[in-house]
Amino acid sequence: MNTTIMLFLVQDGITNGAIYALLGLALVLVFAVTRVILIPQGEFVTYGALTYASLAAGQMPGTAKLALALGIGAFAFDLFVARKALHARLIARSLITNIVLPAIVLALTLYFAAQKPPVVVCIALSLVIVAMIGLYLYRIAFQPLAHTSVLVLLIASVGVHLALQGLGLLFFGAEGQRGPAVLSGAFTAGALRFTGQSITVYAITIAFIVGLWLFFGLTLYGKALRATAVNRLGARLAGIRTTLSGQIAFLLASVIGALSGILIVPITTLYYDSGFLIGLKGFVAAIIGGLVSYPLTAVAALVVGIVEAFSSFYASNYKEVIVFMLLIPVLLLRSLAAPAVEEEKD
Amino acid sequence: MSTLLSVTDAHVAYGKVEAVRSVSLEVGANQIVTIVGANGAGKTTLLSAVMGILPLKGRVAFAGQDLARLDIEDRVAMGLGLVPEHRELFVTMNVEDNLELGAFRIERSKAKASMERVYTLFPRLKERRKQLAGTLSGGEQQMLAMGRALMGEPKLLMLDEPSLGLAPIIVADIFRIVTELRASGVSVLLVEQNAQAALKIADQAYVMELGEFVLSGKASDIAANERVAASYLGFQHEGASVV
Repeated sequence: MNTTIMLFLVQDGITNGAIYALLGLALVLVFAVTRVILIPQGEFVTYGALTYASLAAGQMPGTAKLALALGIGAFAFDLFVARKALHARLIARSLITNIVLPAIVLALTLYFAAQKPPVVVCIALSLVIVAMIGLYLYRIAFQPLAHTSVLVLLIASVGVHLALQGLGLLFFGAEGQRGPAVLSGAFTAGALRFTGQSITVYAITIAFIVGLWLFFGLTLYGKALRATAVNRLGARLAGIRTTLSGQIAFLLASVIGALSGILIVPITTLYYDSGFLIGLKGFVAAIIGGLVSYPLTAVAALVVGIVEAFSSFYASNYKEVIVFMLLIPVLLLRSLAAPAVEEEKD
Repeated sequence: MSTLLSVTDAHVAYGKVEAVRSVSLEVGANQIVTIVGANGAGKTTLLSAVMGILPLKGRVAFAGQDLARLDIEDRVAMGLGLVPEHRELFVTMNVEDNLELGAFRIERSKAKASMERVYTLFPRLKERRKQLAGTLSGGEQQMLAMGRALMGEPKLLMLDEPSLGLAPIIVADIFRIVTELRASGVSVLLVEQNAQAALKIADQAYVMELGEFVLSGKASDIAANERVAASYLGFQHEGASVV
């Protein structure tokens, strides 16, 4: 191998690694705050990507309708839980966030889909649609189980993943799609060629990580999220609702997932089920970070990306196997370093 | 005197085991009420149930409102505060962040003033405001836990074993601050194994044994009670065997 090929592979690895880093961070965040291992993260990626690609191609994405349907479900859950103490303000608030909002977005999507909207509109609509899906899914599938064990939450998570994947096939069909580049154009530096899209990936990943860092370090809601992750009972005693923290975590995770999808879909053809494997690689990074460390997860994600790039060059048939094998030594080391622990009680 | 907290015929059970049986208690405005009793008597269980952490059978009312359907966060918003035995601090965050989060439900403008009040009450916390909560000493952690609860502007603060494991000089400091809280209009429900210190500052007292209240009354009367003195205050009476 010569240096040029190596540089190419590293560059490719970093581009993919940046995406895995975003997904890994979202997984760590959701797990720390809600104890949910977010298997459907991959579906947020596919939904974001394919909603974007559909809109850009002038098609109506089914996800907008799904958002409204889930919103109606979430509204029903809200009413049922508060059935003995219903008051007008609560109903109005739930109605606006769960039904009026997705209805408006659905109307906008219908309006724009017919006329091949500009890239910015496609991105904005895709992000909002997937964000709403993430939020309502938390309300319907995870909030009622918030006090159960990690295992029950994991089972729910797998269920949501399967359901979303099936719906993905229904909405987008079995055909793969590609979307338009967010930023076209390219330049070369030495032997390397940087496309506008890969620069966008770097820029957005860095901006998001800095943004998250500022959010968690400086804002009251960011601190409340960290507090919930550190000590759930302590947070509740301070008046921080676990459900609020869960909503914010899912909102962030779904936005991050959708954004990752929008960033990848101009580079790679995505199918309705491609997200799962992409999400799993973010998960590998998150596991290496022990599901707690954000910096370790980000670094591990870059390693995962680079290992993947090299293994697809040398042994492309085995590239997934090689990437997931990274987990074995890490898990082995962790199991030796940490004594066996009982499942946490909440 | 108006009643702030009233608990009527409360039962709390872990599965089939009743840890608290048929307990009734009242805390008035501007009062320090203490529950004393041996380890395992059910004191912590009772406080947890009043806060909504454990399910309680019976009636709990705060400021005249029934708490049955309200969860922990609602009770916090009503002005009920709990400093739990294990403090439950945000150990990886600094002192100031811990305090700021204590005022999560309070208007931002008011929170600033609240923090100044807490710093006046606990000057030590101000010195350590950028230090991580997990690195504080036991006494400082207790002060931080109380400070965080006070940031939520409670009308009633429930303290669970605030003196546990602390040096006597810090215990004295914490008890002094409890009396200052009463003077500033915050009622305190104090659960303590250190019965002597607790009875000294309290207005009313309850003695708890095996999940039930066996004695109640004015703190000074309870302190003078022979049985209490023998069991909890470490005094020996004539004829009693000295171990």
